[in-house]
Amino acid sequence: MAKGDPGVTTRGRRAAPRSKRAATAGDPELVQLLTPEGERIESAIGPDGTEYRADFTDEEYRGLYRDLVLVRKLDAEATALQRQGELGLWASLLGQEAAQVGSGRALRTQDMAFPTYREHGVLYCRGIDPIMPLGLFRGVDQGGWDPNEFKFNMYTIVIGAQTLHATGYAMGVAMDGKTGSDDGEAVIAYFGDGATSQGDVNESFVWASVFNAPLVFFCQNNQYAISEPLERQTRVPLYQRAGGFGFPGVRVDGNDVLASYAVTRHALDNARHGQGPSLIEAYTYRMGAHTTSDDPTRYRIASEVEAWQAKDPIARMKAFLTRQQIADESFFAEVDEQARAESVHLRERVLNMPNPEPVSMFDHVYPNGSPELDEQRAQFAKYMESFEGSAH
Amino acid sequence: MSRIKEFNLPDLGEGLTEGEILAWLVKVGDVIELNQPIVEVETAKAAVEIPAKWAGQVQAIFHPEGATVEVGTPIIAIDTDPGAGPIEESTTGAPAADLPTPSAASLAAVEIAPEEGMVEPGLIGGAAPGGRTAVLVGYGPRTTAAKRRPRKGAAPVPAQGATSAPAVNGTGRTGGLVLAKPPVRKLAKDLGVDLSTLTGSGPLGSITREDVQRAASATPAAAEPLTVSPAAPAAASFGADREQRIPVKGVRKLTAENMSRSAFTAPHVTEFLTVDVTRAMKALDRLRERREWRDVRVSPLLLVAKAVLLAVKRYPMVNSTWAGDEIVVKDYVNLGIAAATERGLIVPNIKDAGRLSLRELADAMTALVQTAKTGKTSPADMSGGTLTITNVGVFGVDTGTPILPPGESAILAFGAVREMPWVHKGKVKPRLVTTLGLSFDHRIIDGELGSKFLRDVGDFLADPEAALLAWT
Repeated sequence: MAKGDPGVTTRGRRAAPRSKRAATAGDPELVQLLTPEGERIESAIGPDGTEYRADFTDEEYRGLYRDLVLVRKLDAEATALQRQGELGLWASLLGQEAAQVGSGRALRTQDMAFPTYREHGVLYCRGIDPIMPLGLFRGVDQGGWDPNEFKFNMYTIVIGAQTLHATGYAMGVAMDGKTGSDDGEAVIAYFGDGATSQGDVNESFVWASVFNAPLVFFCQNNQYAISEPLERQTRVPLYQRAGGFGFPGVRVDGNDVLASYAVTRHALDNARHGQGPSLIEAYTYRMGAHTTSDDPTRYRIASEVEAWQAKDPIARMKAFLTRQQIADESFFAEVDEQARAESVHLRERVLNMPNPEPVSMFDHVYPNGSPELDEQRAQFAKYMESFEGSAH
Repeated sequence: MSRIKEFNLPDLGEGLTEGEILAWLVKVGDVIELNQPIVEVETAKAAVEIPAKWAGQVQAIFHPEGATVEVGTPIIAIDTDPGAGPIEESTTGAPAADLPTPSAASLAAVEIAPEEGMVEPGLIGGAAPGGRTAVLVGYGPRTTAAKRRPRKGAAPVPAQGATSAPAVNGTGRTGGLVLAKPPVRKLAKDLGVDLSTLTGSGPLGSITREDVQRAASATPAAAEPLTVSPAAPAAASFGADREQRIPVKGVRKLTAENMSRSAFTAPHVTEFLTVDVTRAMKALDRLRERREWRDVRVSPLLLVAKAVLLAVKRYPMVNSTWAGDEIVVKDYVNLGIAAATERGLIVPNIKDAGRLSLRELADAMTALVQTAKTGKTSPADMSGGTLTITNVGVFGVDTGTPILPPGESAILAFGAVREMPWVHKGKVKPRLVTTLGLSFDHRIIDGELGSKFLRDVGDFLADPEAALLAWT
């Protein structure tokens, strides 16, 4: 997808008539610009009257499709690598590609993102080599990239903790005077439906709200907190919680990459202009397991998964591109081939990741070491030497 | 690098030590692609498909379906370049034999079990109750000897010494867990006393400093482990040689957890009712004779299910769940049928059974039993039950006091149908009689409601035609 600003327009909070297209037939609260059947909706009205549109060039549409396919394929490769004993664990994003690519592409270069451990799609959109997180899950490094270089923080395993980090960071952005213009900086914090029950997330809501932090809370509601269904997390739609904290909330079809883009871009722009935080609830579904250690058939029924299969984010984009003659079979085949080649390349690089020396774990505790640490290192080295055979 | 590659069973879920081969999706000779699913493996955490790590031709499969395999053991050999002609002698022996032994190289990689006791019982990585290894998340795997390279100069320790856990006796421990404070553990170590052989006299049966000292002074050689058996007569042994230890896992473990949880959270009441079902049995015979029912499996259980479903419509409160501060009354009945299978007792349920016609119900029950018998019942089939029938009659007993499946508030036991002397129209006659036992959650269902419900089920079974006319 081209850099710069794809022609997204949002018209500010005017009391627009609801007749436009308030949402899908089933759910009047959902902002949607592309139906599961691949039909384009011109514009959609959010709960506060904001009108969302997303007008892309054909090239940009194709770019979004390419992102979705690549992100899914690389994720599938990582899952396979775990099953083959090459990764210790993997949290698949299957089904959530549109929410991640849409929001990830909506970020501007200067914006900062705080992910969970599942944001492989956002990571990809930030231009980070997909090999980077695999070292962490292979257990050979701490998860490789420089957060400042890519404006993408390290994966956070602790549920919801990154929302606090993001809030503090966003408050810092505001204090540095980096908001208030088109070139202002915004921050986005990713989390899931389960995290909304955490104190951390609610504390973040409070602080971000009262300090008017330039922060977008991006909740991917994938319906399950591991095995706990949404109805055990909340009695109101999650996006409505924002109202109680004093900032706007909107629910977007998280399987619609166009709507996810438009809603995120609007919220980020509000933040960068100094209009404070907002909450986006991207309504989606985790098609796979919570992680490779989980078995979703133990807590959800096949018919539910099938129902969501029909809302697949890639299938609807493909239907749209085909119908509008924006792309043809040769394009789809080319994208599939690129995805295949990149996943093979990723596999080869994972298999060739060097194992660190066990004793190297002492090297990253303090920048300048300490006598106690030196002693421990020596002890550990001696212990390792007591074994027969090679070093590890 | 050899072109024949052996794939070792990986740790599929953060700290597991073994997995069960559920199904092979490929066979010897198959040409497979990279990432093609080759085998389904069930671990303590999940049943998953493993994708092929290499493209090629399946050369050998080392373990049959149903085998429990330790992590790190080869399960399949793949020829990664089958087009390159026959394999030389040195790589493998005979080609494509079923279940050959793993190559010598792979066996050499299996290392010797270390000394037990390097990790304290109950700590992460240590032994935990039920012969499992404590892991950080979840209840983890059964204990198997951890693999570790041998220490230089240390003689390998025989594995059997490491695996024989002490018997459960005394209050101080269950399985491998010993309660003792760290200073006591230190003392025991210093004095050479094996804590697992002691019976604790402290709080919760924990082992005290005095226990250790007493044991130490009673032991002639401090290094010898203490034996507690007071010189049993040589003739009759009541020791481990005459006991069988069956690991608690799978369905047995789940059943045990569910039953204990239910029995000690829901106050159970059980009521009984003996019913003359002669008329109903005759009605069933007439049903079987009908042309459209000819191929349908019609059992007395079908009528019991129908009776329960109709009675639920009259007393919906019976079909409910206790949810702490509220009672969830369900409009749908997912009717559980307890089934004895080779894997143990399972309770699959018929979804929304209240909406089914009698014919649909009969088909659903047949399908459910078939699926259960073949061991193909899925977890989804077993979840979400709202009311259950247990057919204890098939074992030839009259009734029982069933324990509620967790989350359900009523369960009906259906006993054997026997010919018994019964007063019928003023005379004692041989009649077909059965006994129903209904257990219910007394927090939700009072004696009156439970009795009315049971009475209705009985009325239906005594005279199904009249009940149908009266209620539907």
